[in-house]
Amino acid sequence: MSLRNYLDKIRPNFEKGGKLHAFKSVYDGFDTFLYVPNETSKSGTSIHDAIDSKRIMSMVVIALLPAMLFGMYNIGYQNALAAGKLADATFWGMFLYGFFALLPNILVSYIVGLGIEFAWAQWKGEEIQEGYLVSGILIPLIIPVTTPLWILVLAIAFAVIFTKEIFGGTGMNIFNVALAARAFLFFSYPAKMTGDAIWVAKDSLFGLGYTLPDGFTMATPLGEIAQGVQVNNSLNDMIIGLIPGSVGETSVIAITIGAAILLWTNIASWRTMLSVFLGGTVMGLLFQSTGATSIQWYEHLVLGGFCFGAVFMATDPVTSARTETGKWFFGFFIGAMAIIIRVLNPGYPEGMMLAILFGNMFAPLIDYCVVQSNISKRAKRAK
Amino acid sequence: MDLFSKQNREVFSNPLNLDNPIMVQVLGICSALAVTSQLKPAIVMGLAVTIITAFSNVIISLIRNTIPNRIRIIVQLVVVAALVTIVSQILKAVAYDVSVQLSVYVGLIITNCILMGRLEAFAMTNKPWPSFLDGVGNGLAYAMILVIVGAFRELFGRGSLLGFKIIPQSFYDAGYMDNGMMAMPAMALILLGCVIWIHRAYFYKEDKK
Repeated sequence: MSLRNYLDKIRPNFEKGGKLHAFKSVYDGFDTFLYVPNETSKSGTSIHDAIDSKRIMSMVVIALLPAMLFGMYNIGYQNALAAGKLADATFWGMFLYGFFALLPNILVSYIVGLGIEFAWAQWKGEEIQEGYLVSGILIPLIIPVTTPLWILVLAIAFAVIFTKEIFGGTGMNIFNVALAARAFLFFSYPAKMTGDAIWVAKDSLFGLGYTLPDGFTMATPLGEIAQGVQVNNSLNDMIIGLIPGSVGETSVIAITIGAAILLWTNIASWRTMLSVFLGGTVMGLLFQSTGATSIQWYEHLVLGGFCFGAVFMATDPVTSARTETGKWFFGFFIGAMAIIIRVLNPGYPEGMMLAILFGNMFAPLIDYCVVQSNISKRAKRAK
Repeated sequence: MDLFSKQNREVFSNPLNLDNPIMVQVLGICSALAVTSQLKPAIVMGLAVTIITAFSNVIISLIRNTIPNRIRIIVQLVVVAALVTIVSQILKAVAYDVSVQLSVYVGLIITNCILMGRLEAFAMTNKPWPSFLDGVGNGLAYAMILVIVGAFRELFGRGSLLGFKIIPQSFYDAGYMDNGMMAMPAMALILLGCVIWIHRAYFYKEDKK
């Protein structure tokens, strides 16, 4: 408990009158991140859930770890595969290469995002909120590994300021912060977010991995479909996740582990998750029967960011519908919309990001309709 | 009559800051978002609106006592439409490429809320000279915001200002890229929001009631 003792020892500096009082929000932020806040109400009765939002965020980060670790391995795997040296590559070599390739993105994401949050809280004299813990790891996982760091910085600054802080900070945002960052990148720098030149890390790092020629290209399966090329990845690869794509989104198995953690701890709503898949299935079957899409309906569900979005993005408690009935509509809408964008808009091979942002926008309306219909139903019963 | 009395100076300067048609009254947003993807059309559009607001204000102010109240909107529209047509034709004659870029938005000045607002709120009840000042002030205030937003969007969206490359080639070689979102009206709305934000934070204080 020496850390606890240390925190207690330096506390007086941050109290009113202490020389570091200006940085009280920073101190509080760290203290409550590390330990349960030691504040109780002084009057009346109040009941607190044992789990607060910091612990919820920590659980989501833990649920994201399998996808992140597999993403690291897949970075190395794709690099070795592209170099044609798969037989020589070792598991640890590939994993370490991916680790070093992804690490700068994660560090930049946390430093910039938390920096803005801390500065903002300091400026406004508010407590530091913990909302960025999850967004900070989500953002590197939903972009290609080759994204230049300086545009990542811009995107994170944009997302944190314009989709979170100006709406009032954590818990008040309308749109998912991580997806807003991705949308900013997608529309601002399309050359770095779509196409076939960006999905595989090309440079050798610390003697690990292989340097690929500059002109090397490899499309994602969804990109190939959009161009009308036959996909030659097997369904096994798609489920295990050994396909090119954004870092965390490729492996269905790793995401399933994350989903199990989220559902077991009751953090994410199974209604939202299930209905996203229902929506995707219905639309996939519909398009398959009309011949609008060249792949099976279940391949639509395992390709691209569909699973990742359904498990980690659509279930974001802040931006999804709050009512239990509303969650069904919300999820179904997202799943259906994602497949519609994929199939009907050749300009966007992947539709999950836009579908979820769209769903975020409609979530308050869905809630309003559900609540109103319940009110009118009960009003009728009273007559 | 003192041409530059304190009152007249306020009529001219208020729209530029404390009563800005875009930042405070939030009028004329549509065209402000549509024409600001580059600096040149933004400047031309700002000037066109300034000229039309100024002269329609003067004309309406001159005939304000003879306009029957019940058909005043129609009379105002006729005056504005005539001026817009003149400006549009002049633009086509002297700056055809800009007029193509502005496309329908020159014609749509007729429906610009700033114009109708100034005619209704000011020209109908004031003498020609203050009306002229009011028109110029509001037009320039509109142009000012257009130029700020247009300059940002062209600089970061295309790396140039008025068509001249500002961001050196060495930046591009080092990996810098133009921001595609700046070319979209969505970014114009966000920039406009930032302008209003800064204005509210530093210049404009709402009445504390």
